[in-house]
Amino acid sequence: MRVVVDSEKCQGHNRCYALAPEVFDVDDLGFAFAIFDGDLPPELEAGARAALSNCPEYAITIHEDEA
Amino acid sequence: MSSHPPVRDWATDFDHTDPGWVTDPFPIWDELRETCPVAHSDRYGGTWLPVRHEDVAAVAYDTEHFTSRQVIVSEARPGPNDLPAPIGIAPPITSDPPFHALARRLLLPAFAPKPIAALEPSTRELCRELLDATAGKSTFDAAVEYAQEIPVRVIVRMLGFPQEDAPRFRQFIHQIIEAVDVPAEERRELQDQGELGEYFEARINEHLANPQSDLTTFLLEAELDGNKLEPDHVMGTMILLMVAGIDTTWSAIGASIWHLATHPEDRHRLAAEPELLPTAVEEFLRAYAPVTMARMVSQDFEFQGCPMRAGDWMLLPFPAANRDPEVSRMPIGW
Ligand code: HEM
Ligand code: SF4
Repeated sequence: MRVVVDSEKCQGHNRCYALAPEVFDVDDLGFAFAIFDGDLPPELEAGARAALSNCPEYAITIHEDEA
Repeated sequence: MSSHPPVRDWATDFDHTDPGWVTDPFPIWDELRETCPVAHSDRYGGTWLPVRHEDVAAVAYDTEHFTSRQVIVSEARPGPNDLPAPIGIAPPITSDPPFHALARRLLLPAFAPKPIAALEPSTRELCRELLDATAGKSTFDAAVEYAQEIPVRVIVRMLGFPQEDAPRFRQFIHQIIEAVDVPAEERRELQDQGELGEYFEARINEHLANPQSDLTTFLLEAELDGNKLEPDHVMGTMILLMVAGIDTTWSAIGASIWHLATHPEDRHRLAAEPELLPTAVEEFLRAYAPVTMARMVSQDFEFQGCPMRAGDWMLLPFPAANRDPEVSRMPIGW
């Protein structure tokens, strides 16, 4: 599973970072980015899903493995 | 307390200052969701009320037909002395795109996770002190003596104002948020002149003479397109931070305590399993979402079959949206 933050949509609410700090980090303005470029370790997938459903701007997308 | 006549019918005459709404709005919204999901009232010069999640979200995201120029429903409409749209009197909350994004971005560094985490130890200490002060009392008003004290003192510290001024902030909040049913002229007087403006001006001047590492100096030094902010912008944002920081948080803490007081099974469960606290906090914020903002219709158009007229109020009851069975589970739980 891969996770992506759309920086155009992100408004820096930091919900993702609060829910899954192993998956998301934020810059000095509080805008979020995904820590992993590639696949997430499986144990972090639940956190990524929680962030997806809590992001108020619908800025997070999850890509299930295409393999 | 409302100075308005009692509500006759919630679908055609609602009023969010009516004692019926203030004490228990939930059954009102539940009923409207089934019978009249976008209600209307002639009060405040014409006000609409969507109660479904889908409609509240649609309005909140539609910055073309709805403006944030005035976000508190009252008898007073924006006047000639107010900063015009898209800035509004208290940026960024009263701003519309594209200015909104700039005014918002300006504030973000002060509210990023790191600076906020730095406030946690002193805030916990404050909470413990307030609880210690209740020792020996068999009953006390947790809303007044606990919930209301916390945000006032935290925000006074963030803005860099004297701690002993905290009690005056309660009066300011009352003027802005609670006294919305007074006649327009009285409301303008409450807001425009007098103590509130003088108080903030004095603090701004102190900070100009003697910069500090607080939010006030942060705003005075902030730049937009290479220019310092207009004095009205600084003052508007400071007043916004005071209102947004205090009224929301004391309502959230108060509502959470009230829920736990009236649901002993939830209280026992949290005491036994404190690791559930973060989830419980999310649930409290959802179900009691302590903010009901407003928009103003910016152009005539039809919304969900209802004829919107430019200048009509649109009240946005976020807790009603968060309790819509289409999207949410009720009762709350964790
Ligand atoms: C439980 C606590 C809080 C809740 C539920 C809450 C809720 C909200 C909501 C719903 C809005 C959007 C209003 C709209 O759409 O018109 C908002 C905006 C805002 N809040 Fe809060 N808030 C809380 C605490 C705070 C605190 C502690 C501060 C600052 C000290 C703050 C500062 C702001 C600011 C500056 C805005 C405007 C943001 C913008 O326009 O982009 N809030 N808040
Ligand atoms: S929750 Fe959404 S809007 Fe907020 S920081 Fe994360 S990605 Fe950005």
